Amino acid sequence: MAEIQIKNIAKSFGAFQALNDINLTIADQEFMVLLGASGCGKSTLLRIIAGLEVASSGEVWIGGKRIDHLSPKDRGIAMVFQNYAVFPHLTVFENIGFGLRMKKLPNDEVTRRVERVAGLMHIEMLLKRYSGELSGGQRQRVAVARALAMEPDVILMDEPLSNLDALLRMEMRAELKGVLAESKTTAIYVTHDQVEAMSMADRISVMHQGDIVQAASPIEVYRDPAAKFVASFIGNPPMNFLPAKPAGPSKWQVAGQTFDGPNTDKAVLQFAIRPEDMQPAEQGLVATAKIVEPLGAHLLVTCQIGDALFRVILDSDAVVKPGQSLTLAPQPDRVRWFDPDTTLAVA
Amino acid sequence: MTDAAVNDVSVDTRKSGRFLYGASVVFLCAWVIVPIYFLLINTLSSPETVNSFPKPFIPEFDFGSLQFFAGFSGMLTALKNSVIVALLTMIMSIIIGAPAGYALSRFDFPGKGLFRMLILLTRAFPLPLLALPLAVMFIQTGLDDTAFGLALVHTTLAIPFAVLITFSLFSGIPIELEEAAWTLGCTRLTAFTKVVLPLILPGITASAIFAFVISWNEVFAAAVLTIENRTLTAFLLQNLDTSPLHLKFAGGFILVVPALIFIFAVRKYLFAMWGIANR
Ligand SMILES: Nc1ncnc2c1ncn2[C@@H]1O[C@H](COP(=O)(O)OP(=O)(O)OP(=O)(O)O)[C@@H](O)[C@H]1O
Ligand SMILES: [Mg+2]
Repeated sequence: MAEIQIKNIAKSFGAFQALNDINLTIADQEFMVLLGASGCGKSTLLRIIAGLEVASSGEVWIGGKRIDHLSPKDRGIAMVFQNYAVFPHLTVFENIGFGLRMKKLPNDEVTRRVERVAGLMHIEMLLKRYSGELSGGQRQRVAVARALAMEPDVILMDEPLSNLDALLRMEMRAELKGVLAESKTTAIYVTHDQVEAMSMADRISVMHQGDIVQAASPIEVYRDPAAKFVASFIGNPPMNFLPAKPAGPSKWQVAGQTFDGPNTDKAVLQFAIRPEDMQPAEQGLVATAKIVEPLGAHLLVTCQIGDALFRVILDSDAVVKPGQSLTLAPQPDRVRWFDPDTTLAVA
Repeated sequence: MTDAAVNDVSVDTRKSGRFLYGASVVFLCAWVIVPIYFLLINTLSSPETVNSFPKPFIPEFDFGSLQFFAGFSGMLTALKNSVIVALLTMIMSIIIGAPAGYALSRFDFPGKGLFRMLILLTRAFPLPLLALPLAVMFIQTGLDDTAFGLALVHTTLAIPFAVLITFSLFSGIPIELEEAAWTLGCTRLTAFTKVVLPLILPGITASAIFAFVISWNEVFAAAVLTIENRTLTAFLLQNLDTSPLHLKFAGGFILVVPALIFIFAVRKYLFAMWGIANR
């Protein structure tokens, strides 16, 4: 059992607050992805869990035991570093076997485990090389293999696939997920690649400036963003926003159209819709097409509604010319509402 | 401007650049080698040739002066003393200097900047200023005229270099390597011995050599603090003062050669150190 509980963790570097009061529980064997823009505190949180950084306040529990006073080696974790940290004076074999040798495992067990994880990471032909003789992507796979070889309860990975080409990355993604599920490891996986996050995660924690804004399943994060930041960070292109004015109880007026919306006494809300959740129709939002980008699978049209930019994804057969006027009907169950003051979602 | 003109200019600058490079190399080599070469010639010449002018460019291979030194009483003891003091200096300056360098590169502590400053400041006081009080103190504690006592003084001289060299070596090793070792089951100590030490050993060796040479060449403290157990420098200083010129040359030669041989033998590590420090 390796459930991870992060309780009220805060971290400041001098006057700079890198993490504000993080609370997060990661279930045993869960695959949790930390997703966020560069500098939002992902690595810092991971390093606090690993024991490489001391939190300014708060507690970390793993498997029902408080571990934030333990040294890294006693926490039952393995970590993949953002910059690999492959030992330059050891061969790939000895790098992967380093932790196993520290555990004083017998030689044949070390060899067996090293060869197994090297096979998983497709680096079995590099075992005799030194890290200076490897490419960035190969080094990164050595780092992942070294952590996997430990067969830890908890594995912490800081952008472990960032340096691989698209094809290899896709393959590794699936393989890594499979290996970790099979070995019943609890994983925290840092990335700023949304596609990676969506495809691998059991749950995604979206981080923003030292806070976890939302921790939920990928589809929930995508469909029901808890805050405007999540809506505008996830999805490519992200959600569209338009200002909305009250037009009676539970009715809101958006760009001249009236929609059913939340029943609040706010003077203004933001109407939000994903670009793919709109169809051309007789009745709807009237937009002027500005830029038309055929993307193969579909057509991305950037339009203007009032003075707001608005993106819509249409079928690739649609014929749209810049300057043309479009009437777009949002799919009613996909419309979301945000409070511009708190930036949080309003039901 | 035409392409040809541009090319001519760049060829010209490249040519003069190469000439400047060559000239600098020759000049620097000459700067070091010419005095040593004259030392060699004069050492291997008979007393008459040494005092005459112009000098020959090819040594006569007259071993008279060197034989004189080999037979000179106290000479071998002095050589032995020098080696002992230099080795002690080397060991102590690394044992004290390397941990300080490590602390400077890895820990943040109040007064870190001041500490670095102070280390450098130890070189700001000229030895003659310190030698007499030191001599008095050494006599009081019974450290006077011992190899260990002198090595202590030489260690003080060598430590700033040991600290700064090892500081830059440790800083050149990413902290993540150590952190990775910690997560893989190492303590701070085993991470150091299994990861950091193998990586910096060449550099440590180089800074040890540096300490050795500093001690080997030091004469002032050696002359003031030792009487019976003179080191080679102090011994030669004392005895050459009144000697004829050819013996002075031979003495200088005897002083220079062991240090040269030593540095030559370990040059690989010196280059390794610079390679790491420059990264
Ligand atoms: N040792 C430190 N001293 C001061 N500030 C730090 C330190 N480490 C991190 N920070 C700051 O804390 C913030 C979070 O850093 P962190 O490395 O966790 O970002 P990240 O989310 O991992 O970003 P990236 O995706 O670029 O790796 C950054 O603004 C960074 O500048
Ligand atoms: Mg990071």
